[in-house]
Amino acid sequence: MNFLKRFCRNRGAVLGLVILLAVVAFALLAPSLYPSSPWRMVGRPFMAPFALERFPLGTDTLGRDIAAGMVHGARVSLMIGVVSTIVSLLIGVPLGAIAGYAGGFVDDALMRFTEFFQTIPSFALAIVLVAILQPQLGSIVLAIGVVSWPPVARLVRGEVLSLRTREYVQAAVTIGQSTPRIIFSQVLPNTVAPIIVMGSLMIGSAILLESALSFLGLGDPNLMSWGYMVGAGRTRLLDAWWISFFPGFAIFLTVLALNLAGEGLNDALNPRLARGRE
Amino acid sequence: MNVISQETPPVLSIEKLTLALPALADRAHAVEGVTLAIAPGETLCVVGESGSGKSMIAHAVMGLLPKAVKPAGGAIRLAGRDLLSLDEPAMQDVRGREIGMIFQEPMTSLNPVMRVADQIIETFEAHGLHGASERRARAVALLTEVGLPDPPRLAKAYPHELSGGQRQRVMIAMALALEPKLLIADEPTTALDVTTQAQILKLLDNLRHKHGTAVLFITHDMGVVAEIADRIAVLEKGVLVEEGTADQVLGAPRHAYTQKLLAAVPSLVPPMRPALPESPPVLSVEGLGKIYRKRSFFGTAREVRAAEDISFSLVRGETLGLVGESGSGKSTVGRCCLRLIEPNSGRIVLSGQGSGDLVLSDLGPTALRQHRKRIQMVFQDPFASLNPRQTVGRIISDGPVAHGVARVTALMKARELLELVGLSANAVDRYPHEFSGGQRQRIGIARALALEPDVLVADEAVSALDVSVQAQILSLIKDIQSRLGLAILFVTHDLRVAAQICDRIAVMQRGRIVETGPTAALFAAPQHEYTRQLLAAVPGGGRFGH
Amino acid sequence: MNLLHFLSGRLVKGVLVLFAIAVLNFFLIRAAPGDPAQVLAGEAGAADAQLLEQLRQRFGLNEPITTQLWIYIKGYMTFDLGFSYRQQQPVLSLVLDRLPATLLLTGAAFVVSLALGIVMGALAARRAGRWSDSLITTLSLVFYATPLFWIALMSQIVFSLKLGLVPNVGYETIGANNTGLARALDIGHHLILPALTLGLFFTALYARMMRASMLEVAGADFVKTARAKGLSPGIVSRRHVARNAILPVVTLAGLQAGQLVGGAVLTETVFAWPGIGRLMFDALVQRDYSVLLGVFFMSSAMVVGFNILTDLVYRIADPRIEAGA
Repeated sequence: MNFLKRFCRNRGAVLGLVILLAVVAFALLAPSLYPSSPWRMVGRPFMAPFALERFPLGTDTLGRDIAAGMVHGARVSLMIGVVSTIVSLLIGVPLGAIAGYAGGFVDDALMRFTEFFQTIPSFALAIVLVAILQPQLGSIVLAIGVVSWPPVARLVRGEVLSLRTREYVQAAVTIGQSTPRIIFSQVLPNTVAPIIVMGSLMIGSAILLESALSFLGLGDPNLMSWGYMVGAGRTRLLDAWWISFFPGFAIFLTVLALNLAGEGLNDALNPRLARGRE
Repeated sequence: MNVISQETPPVLSIEKLTLALPALADRAHAVEGVTLAIAPGETLCVVGESGSGKSMIAHAVMGLLPKAVKPAGGAIRLAGRDLLSLDEPAMQDVRGREIGMIFQEPMTSLNPVMRVADQIIETFEAHGLHGASERRARAVALLTEVGLPDPPRLAKAYPHELSGGQRQRVMIAMALALEPKLLIADEPTTALDVTTQAQILKLLDNLRHKHGTAVLFITHDMGVVAEIADRIAVLEKGVLVEEGTADQVLGAPRHAYTQKLLAAVPSLVPPMRPALPESPPVLSVEGLGKIYRKRSFFGTAREVRAAEDISFSLVRGETLGLVGESGSGKSTVGRCCLRLIEPNSGRIVLSGQGSGDLVLSDLGPTALRQHRKRIQMVFQDPFASLNPRQTVGRIISDGPVAHGVARVTALMKARELLELVGLSANAVDRYPHEFSGGQRQRIGIARALALEPDVLVADEAVSALDVSVQAQILSLIKDIQSRLGLAILFVTHDLRVAAQICDRIAVMQRGRIVETGPTAALFAAPQHEYTRQLLAAVPGGGRFGH
Repeated sequence: MNLLHFLSGRLVKGVLVLFAIAVLNFFLIRAAPGDPAQVLAGEAGAADAQLLEQLRQRFGLNEPITTQLWIYIKGYMTFDLGFSYRQQQPVLSLVLDRLPATLLLTGAAFVVSLALGIVMGALAARRAGRWSDSLITTLSLVFYATPLFWIALMSQIVFSLKLGLVPNVGYETIGANNTGLARALDIGHHLILPALTLGLFFTALYARMMRASMLEVAGADFVKTARAKGLSPGIVSRRHVARNAILPVVTLAGLQAGQLVGGAVLTETVFAWPGIGRLMFDALVQRDYSVLLGVFFMSSAMVVGFNILTDLVYRIADPRIEAGA
């Protein structure tokens, strides 16, 4: 209740949530709104938007319905965003927790490993991975996950490190609680809030990354995605701007909404920090 | 009630000052109707416990109140001029030139990326005084005056290269750079070690005599007050309850709150203690050592010997005080005894009644966990030592549960323990944030007692508490000890507290125990030079005990 | 002495990172579906049995895997990043040809975004809560969420195709044969749009960071000390708050170097900027894996160099580092 109230006090966050819900709704309703494949050529190519009721957003270079592509693209973007974020959390959280709690040599080794992945230009690595493993849903999710986990690991490590020296964790040690029990009941519950916030922001970055890969032609050839649509329209920018404009704008809106909601979440979960902001 | 005996007009007079707190605070006013005056060259101490609003008065004079706190009435007159009516540029001119200020935290009060001299020079610059070379020469002269070594070299240093005491000297040099009529000192020695504190207090006193500066000194420490005050004002929850000369207030306090505050200050004279019956030790530590190694990229290690060749033992019902300044290694030793920190060398032996000797230092992880219940700890920070997400009942019962007791049984026990430490039994369902600092410390004690330990390690267990609360917790610890016959290792920096609670005291300096002895004997005739220094440095030693 | 110690430490670390990337590349080739020889040849040599045999010889593909690894690493150690059979050129020379253009683009984007971000963030923090703050905060939120390739395309439509303010694509005017200053100006003119669109995201990032950092430092004790001296708000904010608030932004900027190089792939693709990013895109289209991995290696080397540079800057900006190191 208190949490909801704090979240709602942030108007940007509410706006973000509303946009996000709309995108999710489109994604869920895609099969019933546009039951046929978005790849099908349904009209004349290069039909301008808002001209025909049948094609509210116009058609592309091959006469495919842009509105259909947008709605189906929402599914792909959201799914890849969420799944690859889960992948990077699955890598980053345990790694960070182990490094932070174990300390010493283990910490050193894991942090060198993390630093290495942070030094590599992540987008270039993602391109190489997808190109080499062939563009498919699985390889895209894997590539995004692999390049996105280092900040998670660092965050979790930092939190655990500071919690580990906190007196109530020391107290848990002195009363004889076992290490796994301490990690699960004393340490991790207090790191959940920052992880949730980071996760919500990471979905946005993952969507950006996926769309950039698709734009370069590294999307799954069976899935219609926003990035692919922008890329497909780029040769005919001057006479058919809408082919690239609408899907790009959809990416922008979705990512913006995720960031707004993520910030609202941060304010609501960390009331003390939020007050300091003003 | 406000008696100004001096003939000369006051440097500063605060008249019926009221400061309003924001709407959601726990009271409407930070301070209410406070009237005070300081004569030239006089030191006025404003004393109060945390939340009394004493610091707000200092910030109001300086025009540096937090945004949420607003003056709601009264006047602050500096040489007759009302500071509350000045606009920001006029106030800027007053700051530094007419009033200097020093703060509590020397470690964070200087800009970390600016050289020391440049920070002093800024004060001249802000008021357009002197040329560039003159400013630098004056900065070095000021550093000399506050007693810093090698001022020309130190002037070029960055703050992180200085110790806490040295930084506070730089702060004083900065505050006095323009010879202001008034110096505000907001808890300036609270963060310092006792010997450093004594030096800084002496320096402040010398300087104000030399320059005739009036000092508004804010503190919570009655000992410091006794050292430095000409006159004293006592603040309780934003209201001035008593004001008078140092002799009046300390010698014959009229208000009940002042009397309570003074009574709570532990005496430096140890009370008479019945000798403990001869019995074998329950905890003995032999040759304990701990070395911290800092590794760098190329493997050149730097060593810090935090504890070296530490040996002591404790019998049932005995309290051993481990006393020293920050960095002496006393906390490290305390934590090594529980193996919260792994010692590099030495033996730690526990020997309870009928349970035989247990070499704690030799145990593997699993055995260690089983035997941890025999030695428990009370932590310093009552706010950080309880998990904010768990109920008090859960916190206290977790220990027995970890050792195989059913949760229901452990919770029943927790209720009894809460009553033992002076809280109500139904506190089990509440969360830590619903309790005050003193109450939380009681919960922390109950948690330690839940495992029925033989030995209790109390690491600065009362240092974060206000003096009146401190007294209550100390008597609780004594009471529990006499009832349960616990042996207590009491780690503290506060010699007054140690005098009151310890049977024996071990004084630590740079990782070693330099002197051990029964409390009364050690206070009456300290053998080691360092012990003598420590005792001499305790503020208010002359008035409160000895 | 201390600086030398630091630099050598950094260089050793950098070399280790590059070594690890060479190893990674080796395994990536083997992770690709199909015969490694075919992967190395790229699409071009797919049918040519003679070339494949030649590659097997050269990379010891019939030897045990450790020998193969050794041969591969030895190549990298002698600056041999492989050969592009598609373009009939060593990968190294292909990459080196394109490197200056990328350095120019990323360097310009970095400097512009850092300067702009710091100024905007500081401005927003000083006016926290007022409309100029809201404007800057909103703008940085918007740019933070904008897909780079899309904003590049859109600004291409508006500023070059419709308004004709700047050239559409390319590095310089082809066939103009400019020299000296005229050429520099021409390249600068071509650089404006790519550098700005590439820097937009980072400007937003640094502005947000700077604003938050300023607000945090403003509560520090030493800021109160500065005010107690009677310093004016302007000096307090510049000399005490901003000077300290910049430090975490510089750290962040260093960490973002990799992102900047990654972004260059997109920007160069859109603007046909002849850098290694464009080279990477072409290699991608042609499935020329040797070039792809070579560019990947080189861009990592760029980031390593860049990190050493920002660490140096940081050491100069923060006197505390010397004591800690």
